[in-house]
Amino acid sequence: MHPKNPDSSSTAGLLSGRRTFIAGVGGGLGSLVVLPAWAQFRVEVSGVGLTQLPIAIAGFRGDAQSPQKIAAIVQADLERSGQFRAVDASGPSLDESARPDLSVWRQRAADSLLTGSVTRLADGRYDVRCRLWDVVRGQDLGGQGYQVTQGDLRLSAHRIADFVYEKLTGEKGVFSTRIAYVTKVGPRYNLWVADSDGEGAQSALTSPEPIISPSWSPNGSQLAYVSFESRKPVIYAHDVASGKRRLLANFRGSNSAPAWAPDGNSLVATLSRDGGSQLYAISAAGGEPRRLTQSASIDTEPAFSPDGKFVYFVSDRGGSPQIYRMGAGGGNVERVTFTGSYNISPAVSPDGRWLAYISRVGGAFKLYLMELGKGTAIALTDTNADESPSFAPNSRLIVYATQQQGREALLTTTLDGKIKARLTGSTGDIREPDWGPFQR
Amino acid sequence: MKRILISLASIIALTAALVGCSSGVKLSDVPVESRTGVPSGQSGTGGATGVPGREVAPVLIGAPDPSLAGPPGVAKVIYFDYDSFVIKPEFQGTVESHARFLSANKDRKLVIEGNTDERGGREYNLALGQKRAEAVRRAMGLLGATDAQIEAVSFGEEKPAVTGAGEEAYAKNRRAEFNYR
Repeated sequence: MHPKNPDSSSTAGLLSGRRTFIAGVGGGLGSLVVLPAWAQFRVEVSGVGLTQLPIAIAGFRGDAQSPQKIAAIVQADLERSGQFRAVDASGPSLDESARPDLSVWRQRAADSLLTGSVTRLADGRYDVRCRLWDVVRGQDLGGQGYQVTQGDLRLSAHRIADFVYEKLTGEKGVFSTRIAYVTKVGPRYNLWVADSDGEGAQSALTSPEPIISPSWSPNGSQLAYVSFESRKPVIYAHDVASGKRRLLANFRGSNSAPAWAPDGNSLVATLSRDGGSQLYAISAAGGEPRRLTQSASIDTEPAFSPDGKFVYFVSDRGGSPQIYRMGAGGGNVERVTFTGSYNISPAVSPDGRWLAYISRVGGAFKLYLMELGKGTAIALTDTNADESPSFAPNSRLIVYATQQQGREALLTTTLDGKIKARLTGSTGDIREPDWGPFQR
Repeated sequence: MKRILISLASIIALTAALVGCSSGVKLSDVPVESRTGVPSGQSGTGGATGVPGREVAPVLIGAPDPSLAGPPGVAKVIYFDYDSFVIKPEFQGTVESHARFLSANKDRKLVIEGNTDERGGREYNLALGQKRAEAVRRAMGLLGATDAQIEAVSFGEEKPAVTGAGEEAYAKNRRAEFNYR
């Protein structure tokens, strides 16, 4: 989707001229405010953060007729971030041209108010607009407008959530980014590309054999993954938009755990071509792999530091699986985890501050977060079968797989572990999430 | 002494293999494999007419190909303890039989597929399964099979033999399978 006016200030200018028309229109449509649509999200937020911004998201004019409920999608996005708390916004819908009585919203203890509309155009596309108000200061914080196809309505809602998030927190939102994950339904495996809330999933690959370890290329156009379709693990790179696949590693033995270097020109992967699971660098263009580790033990699950200088990985060289780090060209291996007898699946936050990983505690596998500068780590979950953590590109959320009520599910958590949300965009067992990069 | 025993054993195995090949199919005639095909309807059930050039040999895709069979009467799977890739004494005989078969049939190829139970990470389990497969391959190498004949691969926890949680299922899933191709 291309936003009609990606520059919010120009959009604000475009819309501000209409402000003179003010309310009035809202009254008749008020009865159409759609709160039940809310239920479709199944976002399960548990826990309470300490510093959440209270925001009122008024019913968007036209949401009732829209195939996607924009206000509800925006609200779920903001709540999932852990930075916002939605306050009661019942009452008449308010569109972006309305001049709301902010004292009403002050009484409801909202710090900000989002208004907007969704209108079907004559050509079948939709015009989605919003306006954000600072309720405390009584200020118009600007608006956004998108003209989109029906298929991009959810994306326009995520873009609005990104706009609100950035305006109010000063940081980039991740709601319009994408997540890849794998489902297993009966004997069938699917690799999906979904919105950051897990919804709107599109199938990139269907296979009768397992698919694991999807990994987004740094520009978000390709997924590398491990497929067992040829009765052994082999690494493919898959252009998501065209569906074109190419073999990245199909050497003797097993080929697995692809991780892109931040420049996108090469990957590190686990190959057993020379005996034992060892790490190799592979050019994204193909060619002969270059061996990075020389151990008689398991070396696997590589993950680059965001500056590309280091590769974190898992090795059992010390007798039990632990996380280590080495130079991106190999060598200078240092141990990173020291507590516990089983630490695997490292993921480094894009800001380089945090290391998420899975630790076995008793018989349970739990998501842990280490502050890299300090070396201290905390458990983030109370579930027992956590797997595959992956950071959002703004380093504020982690998506991971776990088991809930006997099913595999995906959850997001804030870095303090206080706000978790379940992503339930697909049925069946959902696993192996990888959060994609910011899109241009 | 051990060496003599092994070579004696391989001679026996070789003899057994040759006897087993009474169908006359040459071992070098390894047909093209079709693993992903849908079973086609059986054709030519009318029987031979006796007229030369009119015979129809029925091919059933997906049916086990006898020329890809391993040593007859030898188990195709061995099991491991939790977190272990040590071949247990009770499975040494199985490993030896496969090694002797390969040693006696240098044109035959085997894939050893390592597997784990579902506990732990998928990628780490893939590496553990690889370790199991390679432990078997190394043992077979010492018994006369060549490296070129054996590929060790891993399915990790992705292809359990038995679904479900609990030690009973786990024990059946921690395994290496011998798959002649």
